Amino acid sequence: MIHQGKKVIWSDYQKEIPDDHWFYARSCIRQNFFPASEKYFLKITKELLGKAICDNEHHTTCGGIAYHSDTIPQETAMTIIARQFAIMTEAGYENLVVSCITSFGNYNETIETWREFPELEAKIRENLWKACRREFKIPKYVAHASDLIYRFRNEIAEKARYNLIDRHTGQPLKIVEHIGCHYSKMFPHKGFGGAEYPCVLSGMVESWGGQIIDYPERRHCCGYGFRQYHVKANRGYSLSNTYKKFESMEPYHPDAIITNCPGCPYFLDRWQYVISEQTGKTYGQNGYGIPVLTYEELAGLVLGYDPWDLGLQIHQVAVEPLLDKIGIEYDPEAKYLGVNKEDILRPELPTNLKCH
Amino acid sequence: MGKLYERLCKDYRFLEGLKTCINCGTCTAICPAAEFYRYDPRKIVDTVQRKDDAEIEALLKSDTIWYCGECMSCMTRCPRTNAPGKVIMALRALSIETGLFMESERGRQMYPLSKALVGNILKYGYCIYPDTFDLEEHPESGPVWKWFLEHKESGYARMGANYKGKGPGALRLIAEEDLAELKAIFDVTGGTRMTEQIERLSEEKAREMGMTPEEYRRYTFEHGSEGHFNND
Repeated sequence: MIHQGKKVIWSDYQKEIPDDHWFYARSCIRQNFFPASEKYFLKITKELLGKAICDNEHHTTCGGIAYHSDTIPQETAMTIIARQFAIMTEAGYENLVVSCITSFGNYNETIETWREFPELEAKIRENLWKACRREFKIPKYVAHASDLIYRFRNEIAEKARYNLIDRHTGQPLKIVEHIGCHYSKMFPHKGFGGAEYPCVLSGMVESWGGQIIDYPERRHCCGYGFRQYHVKANRGYSLSNTYKKFESMEPYHPDAIITNCPGCPYFLDRWQYVISEQTGKTYGQNGYGIPVLTYEELAGLVLGYDPWDLGLQIHQVAVEPLLDKIGIEYDPEAKYLGVNKEDILRPELPTNLKCH
Repeated sequence: MGKLYERLCKDYRFLEGLKTCINCGTCTAICPAAEFYRYDPRKIVDTVQRKDDAEIEALLKSDTIWYCGECMSCMTRCPRTNAPGKVIMALRALSIETGLFMESERGRQMYPLSKALVGNILKYGYCIYPDTFDLEEHPESGPVWKWFLEHKESGYARMGANYKGKGPGALRLIAEEDLAELKAIFDVTGGTRMTEQIERLSEEKAREMGMTPEEYRRYTFEHGSEGHFNND
């Protein structure tokens, strides 16, 4: 492939990521809907790669969803973020790694705004002192959790049990990657590959043997839209955007979708269910949907962790077609068991979307 | 230069989001909201930069400013480094501050949004929490989520979460002293004032409509008139 034009320009949008010592900030959405992803992020980085990652109990939301739903002022959002910085500083860390793209955008927005308007930083410091009697240092580095997985993608590939290869055809699996708007659309220099050619997910997929699909609506928003989803009356916006993406990717027959932001996999997964209920249409083969995974889940699969330990059973779209293509062994009977193999029944089946 | 424009200029998002708009319409071309809603960010930015208070007031009272999804795709594409999405955030904040958000259907949705998101932050430390995720209000979450939430203690333990537990971990119980710090931040930074403003005006409106606050919350959460979408 000839590497020219804009691709050369955007390949400059790279960043050096510190090798170790990170303070981890959890995500509102990821811990609710993909809690095992957070567990496996820590397992992979700490246990497998031997990195020091601080999982501190006193941090909270960054307030990002509330901020982008216009329910809290900018000063409130920034002071909550300042408190996160203070807790990180007190714990002895200088590098912040966050589990959410909305958070990643907010932290970057805060730091960049303070750089432009130092009087605002001074005011937020005063706010934090008044409210919490805390002080902070601005992190030396803010990364999204996927940046670390990208940084160590080749080490993960070396330890992998499976490749993203269709064992029936020997061909690379066709993967759609969805970056999440706030990763690099606001501050292109903060993301690997900028806004035009973000490679944080494509780099993982290619390192693990898969092939990335380029399709017309690749960079289109998943449709979250904050208030456009959190108010029921507005959800037509959210659904319509996801529908637009699926119609655009359908001709390329993706085997799976990998996502960056915690919200996107929820919407890309659940709106497939809604589209199937409303229209009867499914986007995978033989009545299945297209499995939508977080980057932690995909990393976990290639490393050989059990799909049900990774939480793939709490997706609405069944993942079994993907597991079968890769050749991953799994126990169908264990899929819906609770903790300690407790029988907690099974979910009802959708009308049209095949689930097992 | 009118007073509303002056107030917008005090919002850092406005200062960062509007330098000089050349009216090219690139933001509208890339905007996910413009494709579905009767919405045109180019026109909004153009209106604002005319600095006409009567026009800005009309915007603050309108549904128009509430259509943006804050994806910030416009920020990437603007050839003059404006960010119409940030201008929208400043307009929304001013609409709430002036009480003009109550003049539009989409503006009145601030009540269910504030109840849910601010309520969760101050009670659980996060914007979303399983205990307040109402399945009836989220039919899109599907049968798998209904099953999971019905068995959430066992399910979250299976997933390695620390649901309502002490110490670190996903969905842990946030300590009272940490929640108290969040509340103090809200008090010091205007978060509480904004929440109370939304609550007071919304509950007045509920009384006017003969509804309880909960009936009004549900109504504004669920009810959408025709005319918002391009294909209505």
